[in-house]
Amino acid sequence: MAEKKRGADIVIDCLLAEGVDTVFGLPGGAIMEVYDALFNAPLKNILTRQEIAASHMADGYARATGKVGVVMATSGPGATNLVTGLATAYMDSIPMVAITGQVPTHYIGSDAFQEADVTGITRPVTKHNFLVTDIKDLALIMRQAFYIARTGRPGPVLVDIPKDITQQYTECIIPTDEEVKESLPGYNPHYEGNIVQIKKAAELIRKAKRPVLYVGGGAVLGDAAEEVLELAELARIPVTTTNMGKGAFPETHPLSLQMLGMHGTYYANMAVYNTDLLIAVGSRFDDRVTGKIDEFAPEAKIIHIDIDPASISKNITVDVPIVGDVKKVLQKLIKELKKKPMEWVEARESWIKQIEKWKEQHPLTYDKSSDIIKPQYVIEEIYNITKGEAIITAGVGQHQMWAAMFYKYKFPRQFLNSGGLGTMGFGFPAAIGAKVGNPDKEVIAIEGDGSFIMNIQDIATAVQYRIPVKIALINNQFLGMVRQWQQFFYDSRYSSVCLSVQPDFVKLAEAFGAVGLRATKPSEVKEVLQKAMSINDRPVIMDFVVDREENVLPMVPSGKSYREMILTPKQKGEAETMYLVG
Amino acid sequence: MAEEIKALKVRPQPKSVVRKHTIVVRVQHNFGVLARITGLFAGRGYNIESLTVGRTQEPDVARITIVVEGDERVIEQIIKQLRRLIETLRVRDITDTPHIERELALIKVYTGDEKARDEIMRLVQIFRAKVVDVSMDSYTIEVTGDTEKIEALIDLLRPFGLKDIARTGTLALIRESAKQKLSKHQQE
Repeated sequence: MAEKKRGADIVIDCLLAEGVDTVFGLPGGAIMEVYDALFNAPLKNILTRQEIAASHMADGYARATGKVGVVMATSGPGATNLVTGLATAYMDSIPMVAITGQVPTHYIGSDAFQEADVTGITRPVTKHNFLVTDIKDLALIMRQAFYIARTGRPGPVLVDIPKDITQQYTECIIPTDEEVKESLPGYNPHYEGNIVQIKKAAELIRKAKRPVLYVGGGAVLGDAAEEVLELAELARIPVTTTNMGKGAFPETHPLSLQMLGMHGTYYANMAVYNTDLLIAVGSRFDDRVTGKIDEFAPEAKIIHIDIDPASISKNITVDVPIVGDVKKVLQKLIKELKKKPMEWVEARESWIKQIEKWKEQHPLTYDKSSDIIKPQYVIEEIYNITKGEAIITAGVGQHQMWAAMFYKYKFPRQFLNSGGLGTMGFGFPAAIGAKVGNPDKEVIAIEGDGSFIMNIQDIATAVQYRIPVKIALINNQFLGMVRQWQQFFYDSRYSSVCLSVQPDFVKLAEAFGAVGLRATKPSEVKEVLQKAMSINDRPVIMDFVVDREENVLPMVPSGKSYREMILTPKQKGEAETMYLVG
Repeated sequence: MAEEIKALKVRPQPKSVVRKHTIVVRVQHNFGVLARITGLFAGRGYNIESLTVGRTQEPDVARITIVVEGDERVIEQIIKQLRRLIETLRVRDITDTPHIERELALIKVYTGDEKARDEIMRLVQIFRAKVVDVSMDSYTIEVTGDTEKIEALIDLLRPFGLKDIARTGTLALIRESAKQKLSKHQQE
């Protein structure tokens, strides 16, 4: 007979069984018992100042390490503060487990103090969630949560545990992997990929004259960067990645087209517009990628490899769907291609030359200045000083896109940002999580002033635990992306976007016990970066006061075709449309 | 800098036919599973025509029959999204498989004069329905059948004045003969 254990201790035991060493969270009444059990456990809790920051930290930790991130919060407001973090992780398929306290079972439904229907609220923003109603189910549910979070298409799972259950005692044996699988008869992710479909895909690749690989976050999550590189080089296929797919293919590679879509490069969008075979790998034809759907890759046959059947033919009908683990499917596809002579590869050179020409015609660029700091310049200098080796996180807005465009990513899990939900305030706490998971790597949060201030309270957390993340603040005193849209599409009526009243970020950093630095001239940028890089015992906030009305370009306006890509604004307030030649 | 558009290229879009589909879902009979399903429909903007849920011969399995209208693409998404739910055991669109569909309705209709009462009774007989409750001025009629039959009866009763209607929504089971053919086909 097994020893009787307290519910709270079962929670901790299950975390340890999953190999968890760090959780992010903030205690409160309903989850106190779990925090009590944590007190002497070989498990670290990073105490955050706001639950949303804890959720982004767990998310950043998961994105950077590939392990399941764990966040804990109390009932009611603690749990509701997690909602944005869960939705952020859900949209980007990030494996995460959230453990929330709940009011005791006999109070549920009585509008008790700090009660909220948390499983009800989080149902649409989690892969699955549980309300534990019997302590006998606790260990199994905890293990199911981790299993569901990290397998198939990953995602966040929430376990809501009433306080009385954490206080009760029961005999507990932690269920085995087999028992966990058996307990979920409806959950059978499909990994292998249909070989008939893979053969069809290989045949299309052999016949294609102008193929493009369109690689998304699934290739990062599915650990398939090696296979993407092998396929691209073997079959001489240019590669464009989505924002989430960055790092799945090195952007320093001659076959790289960098990012496609709304703020994609001219050459990536031209290649996709003119391709005759689009090979989608772990990408989901998001509207920020496709623009106007019926003019997206208008002449292409489409192969779509994805672990989630629901992603296939959701937004666009595809010719060869392959459901499976991207890594396994790509391995099989490569093997299949190698089976027959590969003389067809030669025929690719004219396509690659055409792409080279597009790259020369319209490279990623901006108007350089010696008087005023251009935000793109800051990103370039961050790239130079870190030799392209740092993990970069970003908030959401213009700075996020500049961070995506002007830092060349080389390895998977290098660029962490909220691609799907577009959650402002994500970058800084995600950087803390990434740094906790990768203490030996340089982690830099590229933040906007609008985005950063949404989670600024957690500088205290980084100071308390001496987590030396660097924050590069692209400070334009605007909600810059909204301002840009207002300039382009609302005749420069700048409605509620001006952030001219803001704290002195250098003093603010000092007030928190962090280091604050500022650059207002281009000549100061390198120096500030050098100084920041030399500090390794606390967070550093670098306030880069940049050109206020710089725009993110190129840009395909929302819902428009790639043909209508804006490359350069003619002058202030007037955008010029560049019509791509069909 | 604007260059001329040489040719406008457009991706061919698949044709779409909107019609009603009957989808049968077997789920683990857990707490909150119905909320997950209805939440999925509401959250993704699919309209449910009817939804019924009940236990099956297996104690921890429930069967949900959903009637929903949409084109092939929408229906395919609905099915895939239902399959994505962790507690879903099986999802089938049985619209084009021979199956039996039944719905039960209770219809309270004003009876008025004797002529009306006679006419209503005739309709009840023709539709093999039953009068299950009688008051001074109304009959309550119980009728089962497929949706078309029930709608037809309701339409015929409407002129007398409808007081209230309660309907169960559609239940459906595949015909065993169709099932055998299917499994044979699968073996081949």
